[in-house]
Amino acid sequence: MGAVSGAWTWLTTGAHWAGTDGVVHRLGEHLYLTVVCLVISCVLALPVALWLGHVGRGGALAVNLSNVGRAVPTFAVLVLLVLSPLGRYGQWPTVIALVLFAVPPVLTNAYVGMREVDRDVVESARGMGMTGGQLLWRVELPLAFPLIMTGVRTAAVQVVATATLAALPGGGGLGRVITAGFNRYDTAQVVAGALLVAVLALLVEAVFVAAQRFADPLRHRRRAERRVRRGRTAEAATAS
Amino acid sequence: MAGQDCLAANDWICGEYVRSRAHELTAATVQHLWITAVSVALGLLLAFPLALVARRWKPAAGPVLAFTTILYTVPSLAMYSLLLPVFGVSASVVVTGLVLYSLTILVRNILAGLESVPEDAREAARGMGYGPLRLLFTVELPLALPAVMAGLRIATVSAVSLTTVGAIVGYGGLGNLIYTGMNSLFKAQVLTASVICVVMAVAADLLLLAVQRLLTPWTRHRGRARRLRPRAWRTAGTGKAAV
Repeated sequence: MGAVSGAWTWLTTGAHWAGTDGVVHRLGEHLYLTVVCLVISCVLALPVALWLGHVGRGGALAVNLSNVGRAVPTFAVLVLLVLSPLGRYGQWPTVIALVLFAVPPVLTNAYVGMREVDRDVVESARGMGMTGGQLLWRVELPLAFPLIMTGVRTAAVQVVATATLAALPGGGGLGRVITAGFNRYDTAQVVAGALLVAVLALLVEAVFVAAQRFADPLRHRRRAERRVRRGRTAEAATAS
Repeated sequence: MAGQDCLAANDWICGEYVRSRAHELTAATVQHLWITAVSVALGLLLAFPLALVARRWKPAAGPVLAFTTILYTVPSLAMYSLLLPVFGVSASVVVTGLVLYSLTILVRNILAGLESVPEDAREAARGMGYGPLRLLFTVELPLALPAVMAGLRIATVSAVSLTTVGAIVGYGGLGNLIYTGMNSLFKAQVLTASVICVVMAVAADLLLLAVQRLLTPWTRHRGRARRLRPRAWRTAGTGKAAV
């Protein structure tokens, strides 16, 4: 594993962390890109998905969109945008390409989450005289929350990983560490860059999982259910 | 749009480009096709034993899933760069990277598919004297097919688009044309290669859907509602989109 120890040496060299080509600067660019793209994607996709899920239309669209999104290579979209008139505006091609890439998982998961809410619960809420808005905010959204968050989390991790492609047409982000190492035939630097991105993606995943636990409107209910289930299985285990 | 003019003017859409570089486009498309096909096939061959081991031997399930998830967070650009010292500049770099990516999706979906087999069906087969192997191949796998095929479709479509990034080692199929077009600002080449790429992904998806239909004739008479099973969603949501 010479490559890993080389990468470790590269990472522990202070000089590689400072300056405009340094890890700190690139990491900042990478995070900035990720956050901007994720926020734009959620702002675009969530209202549409929640509304479609609420009225129960457009299922085929929501589902097929994610398949189409997967079929379009982000690298190709990025290069097309860089060559288009938009290419003059620095970061915009990258942002647009990543948003196009992140919208499908957010939209599809949120839509499915809304559709999977128990129909009986929705009917009861309507029977209690809830308006459409109340139903959406107080019933469907809390129940669909886990799947909605799964979509956002998937998109976040994928955007972190994919934002490295911004480096190919000369954009910023951690991808630059990799491409620079590539151009210098410096395997240690390439491995170091790859490790940085992978660790960042895993951190984002972990943060989202924690946030989901923490922000789930039904967390107490779900925890209680789990405890009841565990209690039952424990009883069953002691009984047998 | 007279023939030569669009090349000189560097238009996005250029019939003359397609005519004059037909052999180049064909070669890139063929390379793209075989890289994708070989990768997904190898991924499937490896995913089955892994999924079966993870199912048979519970302690292995966690590590197998964790390992494949971690693989998934490695960006394609980094993955190919990391494999470069191992294989040198060759197609093996891209194929290995794609195999590792498709493993993630396939192992997950095979496991989900096998778990979705009703216990009654298993019991009935055992009662009829089926051994574990016969049970697996004649009962469990056919019933798990929809989930497995869903995973295979995602893996294939993703592989088609992830192949393009292989251009950094010179084995990216149509990605090579996109990459050189990026450096020379050759619009027609970038657009044409991208379009072929998307068409290829969609065609592969439809082909696999047709195969799935042929292999699972018993699902055809269950009405439309059954096809939108929630379970298929949860497994399909993890797919890596195009890169």
